[in-house]
Amino acid sequence: MRWYIGRRVLQVIPVFLGATLLLYALVFLRPGDPVLALGGERGLPEAVQEQIRAEFHLDEPFLVQYLLYLKGIVTLDLGVTFTGREVTEVIAQALPVTFQLALMALLIEAVLGVGFGLLAGMRKGGLFDSSVLVLSLLVIAVPTFVVGFVLQIVVGVQLGWLPITAGRDPDVVSLLMPATVLAATSFAYVLRLTRTSVQESLSADFVRTARAKGLSRAQVTGRHVLRNSLIPVVTFLGADLGALMGGAIVTEGIFNIHGVGGTLFDAITRGENVTVVSLTTVLVLVYIVANLAVDLLYAALDPRIRYA
Amino acid sequence: MRTRRLTVLTALGLSGALALTACASGGDDGGSDTATADAGGGVVTVHNGEPQNPLIPTMTNEVYGGMVVQNLFAGLVYYDAEGAVHNEVAESIESDDNLTWTITIADGWTFSDGTDVTAESFAKAWDYGAALDNKQSLSYFFEPIAGFSYDEDVSLIEAGGLVVEDDSTLVVTLSQPESDFPIRLGYAAFFPLPEAFFEDPEAFGEAPVGNGPYMLDSWEHDSSITLLPNPEYTGERTPQNAGLELIAYTDEDSAYNDLLGGQLDIIKNVPSSAFATFEDELEGRSANQPAAVIQVLTVPQWLPEFQGEAGQLRRQAVSHAINRAEVTETIFSGSRTPATDFTSPVIDGWTEDIPGNDVLDYDAELAVDLWAQAEALAPVGDYTLQIASNADSDHQTWVDAVCNNIRTVLEIGCEFYPYPTFDEYLDARDAGAVPGLFRGGWQADYPAMSNFLGPLYGTGAGSNDGQWSNAAFDAKLAEANGADSPEDAVALYLEAEAILFEELPGIPLWYNNATGGWADTVEDVEFGWDSDPILYQVTTSE
Repeated sequence: MRWYIGRRVLQVIPVFLGATLLLYALVFLRPGDPVLALGGERGLPEAVQEQIRAEFHLDEPFLVQYLLYLKGIVTLDLGVTFTGREVTEVIAQALPVTFQLALMALLIEAVLGVGFGLLAGMRKGGLFDSSVLVLSLLVIAVPTFVVGFVLQIVVGVQLGWLPITAGRDPDVVSLLMPATVLAATSFAYVLRLTRTSVQESLSADFVRTARAKGLSRAQVTGRHVLRNSLIPVVTFLGADLGALMGGAIVTEGIFNIHGVGGTLFDAITRGENVTVVSLTTVLVLVYIVANLAVDLLYAALDPRIRYA
Repeated sequence: MRTRRLTVLTALGLSGALALTACASGGDDGGSDTATADAGGGVVTVHNGEPQNPLIPTMTNEVYGGMVVQNLFAGLVYYDAEGAVHNEVAESIESDDNLTWTITIADGWTFSDGTDVTAESFAKAWDYGAALDNKQSLSYFFEPIAGFSYDEDVSLIEAGGLVVEDDSTLVVTLSQPESDFPIRLGYAAFFPLPEAFFEDPEAFGEAPVGNGPYMLDSWEHDSSITLLPNPEYTGERTPQNAGLELIAYTDEDSAYNDLLGGQLDIIKNVPSSAFATFEDELEGRSANQPAAVIQVLTVPQWLPEFQGEAGQLRRQAVSHAINRAEVTETIFSGSRTPATDFTSPVIDGWTEDIPGNDVLDYDAELAVDLWAQAEALAPVGDYTLQIASNADSDHQTWVDAVCNNIRTVLEIGCEFYPYPTFDEYLDARDAGAVPGLFRGGWQADYPAMSNFLGPLYGTGAGSNDGQWSNAAFDAKLAEANGADSPEDAVALYLEAEAILFEELPGIPLWYNNATGGWADTVEDVEFGWDSDPILYQVTTSE
């Protein structure tokens, strides 16, 4: 087990190098000149533009820029953004709130999705099953920003139950609504996945055996049906954490959360290579860690899987 | 049911806590300083965004930082809501020849750190802002001062452009006469800086010290900036509230919803999704008035079909084909005002009666006729007009509407030519590579006609992106710069505009309106000529 984890962690290094190189090349290939946009419609004096290009090494060839970036990573000094703030500080500020948002969303979709999916799967074809299926279809079909705006106006503005935006004070209460919106689509997928998986397990041999042994209904459901049905669901949830963190841009915009999505978007439009690559690399790392966690969870869920 | 009641309670608790902090800070100010003893009520929360630069006046070239800096600093003059110029730190600004300006500074001004505001505070700040090595975004504002150079790093003080005669007298020498020089002095580039700035500019950019109506209390990046009334402030813009909280929003829709839900006092822009409804929803607590922003379709000199006599006719044909009233009403729900000149209605001297401005009237028959005449002279045949802009902002809708006009009236093709990002668009413009007409937007820095005409249409001027050049126009501008009085200058600027209408280097479309709204918790909200709410005079009602 320890060897397995060690090997997986070592794999991070080539993945990290590959990801940063690829990302840096992509950002480098972005057309246009970010320094031009700094002056707005009026533009900056030519001499000032030259100085800024030199300061940010924008006049260097690609490989030099990339090596300077790697040096920045190693020395933990990524320099400043065009706005004069430390890149590390910008990232350190954007990550926690998005991480909290993504975790809350993951929790909501996992608990509600698995719960509803289990109930629907156990009573296949019943009233609950049918209505939950219709509901999940609806949630998948309606785009996130529509759900976001409608919830914000109804729950926030008209009913006043929850804070309308979370920009000033992103705590659990003010993040509840954005997390729900963010979780909505994945919730529907988790629900459908769980439902199908539970139905399959119900007709499997080991469930019949368990029942034949005389186990109670609750024991059969909990220990055998659910546990075995969770493997595809956990795979989905693991991959989803990364998607939630990087893909929250619409939700973050609606609820004025200054997180990873918005920061990344701004950095891309402004052409701040270092911020874009660093932030995306962090997201890649989140994916890797989440995947490792998923693989380890397999072993816990299915005794047949062992890592050595 | 239980969870629902729980959320209501926590929400109540939260708003209760907010109300408490608001009361507390209000009480503190009432007790601790005298300058704002009559200040009514509490802190005003205002929609803003994260400043894009350190809060140094000569670095502040965008609106979010602009709103902060305007309230933190006092310049030699300030602009009221209508854009009229009043002395602030200056006692007088005088010149006999529009070339050498003697500025006398009023007594009793101090920065909020207690140091005096002297002639040197201005001279050193301008000198710093102009020096190329300091990479200040607004350095081009010092171009008119003698000694300024874009090529080498020079000091305006050493070059003799700025001379400090004594603590209250500053003599500025320009390299050519500029009759509107005093009007410019209320712009951020010309604000004074305390000694503390020169000791550590970087730290100052995070925690600026000014001489304006407010002083910085805290700057939480990407969240909010809190300003408190400055007890040292002795000017006319005395704060009528206990402070400002400028909240960073990334999305105007969320600010608007916060306003509707009572979590925000003032929004400085109405989101386009609410253009049609905000005047009803806010029940009279809204503003919608022309601002110092104009949108123009620039006709670049590198398009052969728009040159010469035939090109002239085509420019007029396109202008007559655009139904400005219809587009501003249907696309912008009245949040734009059809243009009648090249400046803006909020600028002193603006008039609807400029010779030749009937070229902006919608007239389909005339447009068809003019295009036909052009075809007779130099045919382009089956033609498709491109209208270029950046696509990372909301421009496609109106370009489509304008193109629709042109297609229907002139029976030629017309398409949006998008550039993915703003800088790619600027790049193409600078390189002269845009294959059609393009969007030119201009927001005035200071309320003067010269600020619209010179930078955009003067030969070789910094923002003359269409590379238009006209000797008669340049001569008129030079004449206006040397005029004896502002009134004389305005008359000459209007004559210069008449030349623009003859030649149409750009086709004026509309003025952007300042749109904004406020909650019933605040009163005396007014939006100024520069589209921003005038915050010092806002009072809170309790």
